[in-house]
Amino acid sequence: MSEATISDTDRPVAVDRAPGGGAADDHTTHDHPSDWSYVKIALALAAITALEVFTYFRSVLDWGPALVPALLFMMVVKFYLVATWFMHLKFDNPIFSKMFTGGLSLAVGVYLATLTAFEFWV
Amino acid sequence: MTATAPVGVADHSPGHGHDHTPATGISHTKLAMWVFLGSECLLFGGFISTYLLYKTRGNGRTLPTEVFDIPFTSVSSFVLLMSSLTMVLALSAVNRGDDEAGRVWLLATALLGGVFIGGQVYEFTSFVREGVAFTTNPASSAFFTLTGFHGMHVSLGIVMLMSLFVASVKGKLTRDNAETVEIVGLYWHFVDIVWIFIFTVIYLIPPD
Repeated sequence: MSEATISDTDRPVAVDRAPGGGAADDHTTHDHPSDWSYVKIALALAAITALEVFTYFRSVLDWGPALVPALLFMMVVKFYLVATWFMHLKFDNPIFSKMFTGGLSLAVGVYLATLTAFEFWV
Repeated sequence: MTATAPVGVADHSPGHGHDHTPATGISHTKLAMWVFLGSECLLFGGFISTYLLYKTRGNGRTLPTEVFDIPFTSVSSFVLLMSSLTMVLALSAVNRGDDEAGRVWLLATALLGGVFIGGQVYEFTSFVREGVAFTTNPASSAFFTLTGFHGMHVSLGIVMLMSLFVASVKGKLTRDNAETVEIVGLYWHFVDIVWIFIFTVIYLIPPD
């Protein structure tokens, strides 16, 4: 493929945040996805949301015991796509992921423990 | 004689243009935002857990789950989800130095957020008309607290987006300070992520 046929919006965008436009070090320069990649992720999110809403119409298709696991799975996939692509965790320094997943894991752990306690002890 | 700044100390000497790049190479502002978002997980986790505990406690009165309008909330959810796309496109435009496109996407994000908030106000109003108010029962209190706090976060996000828009119009938001857009974007995507949880756990999963 010739260079001229590649659209500008299909290329990853190198982000250089060095003050004054100078060269940045490895930590501040990283490739962000192209706009088209973001649109594709948004389309995937829209499709998953449509599928989620479809589960509400149980007269059309009864998901039975698979309903809750399927909804939770779709929720996790949407969460993953937004966090990794739109929030750039996939491309940024891993310490940001650790900060976020640390808080998230703590929240999930604490509240699952609390809910479990109410279920079994109250 | 050449002066060298100690490791970990920003060099503010003339000619260095206030280089705030830390020795670690990690933006402290961005790190602070991620720590804040991690702590926000605990806040919303508490609200979601409270609702899950109280969702069937109606005290003989109408439960929120009985008045949910799933098709309407689905449209609101879709609008908020798409605002994450416009937000990331705004950041991409500012990173490219395309300030005009950046302003358009920032404004689009704020408008989509406004549509979501409008939908929430309509939803709350219709719930109250159907007999589910904040103090109706423990389930409704937990529901309005959770979704109300989320709505407040979205509203604050809209204020931040409009501030960025005004700064861009005044020429104060350029490629050099695109990180500001990225940080507001992180906040915006986070409120979207919280709604992904709320939409599934509160609205779509049947109460029993």
